Amino acid sequence: MGFRQQKGIDQKTHRVFGSGRTAKGNSYHRRTFQENFEMSLLVLPGLAFFIIFHYLPMFGIVIAFKDFNPNLGIFGSSWAGLKNFEFYFTSQDAVRTIRNTVLYSLTFLGLDVITGVTLAIMFYYLQSRRALKFYNTVIILPRFMSMVVIAFIVYALLSPTYGAVNTIMKSFGAKGIQWYSKPEYWPFILILTHVWQTVGMNSIVYYAALMGMDGNLLEAADLDGATKWQKAWYVLIPHLISVIVILTILGLGHLFSGDFGLFYQVTKDTGVLYPTTDIINTYTFRAMQTGALEKSAAVGLFQSLTGLILVLLTNGIVRKISPENSLF
Amino acid sequence: MKSLSPHKSKRTGKGQTLLHLIFILMVLMYLLPFLLVISVSFSSEEALHTGGFTLLPKEFSLDAYRLAVRNPQQLLQSYRVTISFTVIGTVLAVLIMGMMAYPLSRPNYKFRKPVTFLVFFTMLFGGGLVPSYLLNVRYLHLDNKLWIYILPSLVSAWNIIIIRTNYAQLPKELIESAKIDGANELYICFRIIMPLSKPVLATIGFFFFVNKWNDWMTAVIYINKPNLYSLQYLLQRILREAEFLKQMAEENQVVEQGAVYPTESFRFAMALLAAGPVLVIFPFFQKYFSKGMTIGAVKG
Repeated sequence: MGFRQQKGIDQKTHRVFGSGRTAKGNSYHRRTFQENFEMSLLVLPGLAFFIIFHYLPMFGIVIAFKDFNPNLGIFGSSWAGLKNFEFYFTSQDAVRTIRNTVLYSLTFLGLDVITGVTLAIMFYYLQSRRALKFYNTVIILPRFMSMVVIAFIVYALLSPTYGAVNTIMKSFGAKGIQWYSKPEYWPFILILTHVWQTVGMNSIVYYAALMGMDGNLLEAADLDGATKWQKAWYVLIPHLISVIVILTILGLGHLFSGDFGLFYQVTKDTGVLYPTTDIINTYTFRAMQTGALEKSAAVGLFQSLTGLILVLLTNGIVRKISPENSLF
Repeated sequence: MKSLSPHKSKRTGKGQTLLHLIFILMVLMYLLPFLLVISVSFSSEEALHTGGFTLLPKEFSLDAYRLAVRNPQQLLQSYRVTISFTVIGTVLAVLIMGMMAYPLSRPNYKFRKPVTFLVFFTMLFGGGLVPSYLLNVRYLHLDNKLWIYILPSLVSAWNIIIIRTNYAQLPKELIESAKIDGANELYICFRIIMPLSKPVLATIGFFFFVNKWNDWMTAVIYINKPNLYSLQYLLQRILREAEFLKQMAEENQVVEQGAVYPTESFRFAMALLAAGPVLVIFPFFQKYFSKGMTIGAVKG
């Protein structure tokens, strides 16, 4: 026994440690403990942040059920049951915001896939890698601009007095349109802006997936004389299905949520446009700004809960159909 | 990277030409709006008032920029603030998340399952805006402090999962042979695993950097002291509030009689000054991109 301890042979794997390492961790259990301890040290800072900034706020959810009085704090305020939820769901705002949010979410989800996949396939068929890099770099650029800058660009185009669009219209003799006063144009404007900003990044994700594809399938298709349309439809797209499914599941989890920046910045938060541009996120934000914290929290909770349920639901459905494509 | 593009002799040049045509059209749709912004910033205000925003300035002028740099106090301060929280935030984030992902990639870590669940669950459910706001302001007193830009958004489950996947794909022999040589877990993490994962960490760092640089929402919610305005928030106020714009332009400025003030052009000059740097940095990270994106594209 003594000789073994001296040489420091690990009992389990019989690996021999160099000299000077006999005392510390020469038994399997001590090494495992030390390993776990060290790894826990590595995990600790990140974990602390998760607990403080992600889990602690969850306790604050109770405010949704209270009549919040800032002087009494969260725990001193009295209970209000479901009053805050009633307040929202019986209001006209709920109809408008939920309708807008869901419609935009669905539209974005669908368009993101269609445009992303189409562009990825186009990239894939492009022979010149240099051209590909150039095109891709330009198209992805807006993704790295802040929503404020994007709002500027939209303003440069749609400013009622000087905007490029109106300027061009006037040069054709037409009258300019008061863009920021007409809600009916904004679904189109916002959808276009969203696609413009995100298609670059989306296409990269699908393109990367295509690059990981086995080339044999395509060669076989070529041998069978497939056109590039057929190849795209029967080989490329099926390969992308799993990525599409994952992204769709995650996207559906955010069905009742929207890109706050897009709807807040690009519209310049113009009240006139709310009928078509107000989503749940912008609504809760305004509620918070005006001090109705408990109502804002209630709607926020509604969003989080529906998000959770939706992801679990869609994941469950996908798992039934083709398990390998599910998220977990 | 082996190119899997179908290089068949049957492929006509016509198909490629069509592709290029479509792409060039798309590129125009992206470049022209930027050109418009640039052009307006370099245009004289009178030309804008008479002719509107055009792709090429009808009358070239540096007035807007002159005005911007004449009294750059607020701009410089916002730059300082933004650079601070962006750099500090990115370094801390990559460090802490890179650290955390390592044990989660090791099958022999005792707490792997519970911690992974804790991390992953935050992707599915959250407290929401109001509870976070109350925590940050009432209990942590982070409002109107630089750290509000950094701390609450430091860790993200999505990033950790991507990094973890990357770590897990490194050859196991690396760790095993290091262990034989007597390395402890900390050494393995910092001296072996993380250096080998530079592409992924750089990609994550890059995205984090850009998101931080573009942060306007934190200031909207938590900041009301101008000396802590982030760049983008400053820009937002310039875009939205004519009064704020005037105030910024007029500080210490002697107004010439009868001159037309650069307002619209000033707006866009500021926009370029705030957004410009990202465009410059981007090409440097391009090379890490394709590698990192491929890794991220795989299911986490």
